[in-house]
Amino acid sequence: MEQFLQQVVNGISLGSIYALIALGYTMVYGIIKLINFAHGDVYMIGAYIGFAAITYAKLGFFPALLISMILCAILGVVIERIAYKPLRNSTRIAVLITAIGVSLFLEYVMMFFVGAEVRSYPNVLSNYTLHLHGVVINMQQIYIIVTAIALMVLLQFIVHKTKTGKAMRAVSIDQDAAQLMGINADSTISYTFAIGSAFAGAAGVLVGIYYNSIDPLMGIMPGLKAFVAAVFGGIGSIPGAMIGGLGIGIMETLVSGYGNSMYRDAFVFLFLILILILKPTGLMGKNIREKV
Amino acid sequence: MLEIKKLNVYYGVIHALKDVSLTVDEGEIVTLIGANGAGKTTTLRTISGLNKATSGEILLDGEPITHISAPQRVKLGISQSPEGRRIFPEMTVLENLELGAFLRKDKNNIKKDLEAVYERFPILSDRKKQTAGTLSGGEQQMLAISRALMAKPRILLLDEPSMGLAPLLVREIFDIIKDINNAGTTILLVEQNASMALSIAHRAYVLETGSIVMSGTGEELAKSNEIQKAYLGGE
Ligand SMILES: Nc1ncnc2c1ncn2[C@@H]1O[C@H](COP(=O)(O)OP(=O)(O)OP(=O)(O)O)[C@@H](O)[C@H]1O
Ligand SMILES: [Mg+2]
Repeated sequence: MEQFLQQVVNGISLGSIYALIALGYTMVYGIIKLINFAHGDVYMIGAYIGFAAITYAKLGFFPALLISMILCAILGVVIERIAYKPLRNSTRIAVLITAIGVSLFLEYVMMFFVGAEVRSYPNVLSNYTLHLHGVVINMQQIYIIVTAIALMVLLQFIVHKTKTGKAMRAVSIDQDAAQLMGINADSTISYTFAIGSAFAGAAGVLVGIYYNSIDPLMGIMPGLKAFVAAVFGGIGSIPGAMIGGLGIGIMETLVSGYGNSMYRDAFVFLFLILILILKPTGLMGKNIREKV
Repeated sequence: MLEIKKLNVYYGVIHALKDVSLTVDEGEIVTLIGANGAGKTTTLRTISGLNKATSGEILLDGEPITHISAPQRVKLGISQSPEGRRIFPEMTVLENLELGAFLRKDKNNIKKDLEAVYERFPILSDRKKQTAGTLSGGEQQMLAISRALMAKPRILLLDEPSMGLAPLLVREIFDIIKDINNAGTTILLVEQNASMALSIAHRAYVLETGSIVMSGTGEELAKSNEIQKAYLGGE
């Protein structure tokens, strides 16, 4: 039992990170129907920004997190403006291929500037650990879970209570109708990229402090898994991405804990195939409604 | 108030509007009638800025707005209830109405206008917390018109507001359109229900495969032989 609870705690920590990344995938998909394959690389760059803020600027956890979120938000908006916006009326496959191109571009530009080697993340948090009935929760996990929850509450607030959030929902439902309300679709899409990328930046810093190591290709696997999480939750659905992220995180740690960690990744992608066959709309996804 | 001069719109190679010109004066109800595929929706979408014109001009109070973005045109007072209603089905009735007032800053007046909508359509008040997708077709149409009115437009574009409604409801919708006009909003009405549209319109235009082929007062057109034959099912 203790072993199981320990795996669940580990799973929730990892899953919170997946959920933060999955939110960006799902929001961007919701608004422009693009699987933004460069999203995992924004998360990687977020991890490096946090690394630089802590190592060179000697900042603490929260300032580093904030800086990473802000710079990633800007990066996300720039990527959208330069790479995706000119293709707004192109086929979806063209935009998808562009996204893969942006992803490779970011990975190798980073490799050029910071080198391909793995760097170890400085430890900014105390080494304090919490023991609860034999379950060990360390400081990193507490920070990850609290930060993720706070950001998700903030996102719910933005999406449901603010004008920008309502505009985001309107544009993702029906772009033309939204424009007839006076909503500027272009700036709403920019906001969506900004928020999604800021969350990826936060996830990058969190994963850095959790695993202690970062490298320019670190975004690929978590990016794909967060994508699986978004599909699992129902792509386009914000609560779906949160639940999907946690689900995939817990599943992964349970497979490593009880089975073999070598099968962990295979299991996640097998799961993706199963969802796509059995319930392609995911947990909270809507049935695709054809517009009249 | 609104003037369109020699508008040409293409969808790829399809020439959807050919030198379309029309005017709508302040306080009028003008209707644009025509068969399926004539270009009525394209005309309204181009006025709202959702479609780009290849050539021609759109003037509002004499000022060209052809190169102004769709949301900016809402700000200038052009609001549209689009074909097929296009409400936001996953959002509540209240949220739909609030989105109609997206660009307005006068909070108190928005509240008053919301009350006015509820007074005109009590059903929307009863359903305000419900998602709009659960409304019936007629209720959705009322919501779409109300949502467009929440922008406090100077000119309201209506694209087939009677589509898919029971005859009794069609009459009600047309009465409402007249009411809105009497309250001071200029209206450009696109309709397939030509007899109803002509009965409430001050003036009318007939669109045929992208070109205006006839125009006149509502009464004149209702009496004309060609219109009788083509659109009113007369002899
Ligand atoms: N998105 C589009 N792509 C290509 N062609 C289009 C598109 N929208 C409209 N058309 C074509 O343009 C012409 C005018 O269409 P439009 O929708 O303006 O007609 P309408 O008068 O509103 O018809 P209806 O009464 O059926 O609503 C038609 O021939 C139509 O097939
Ligand atoms: Mg039409």
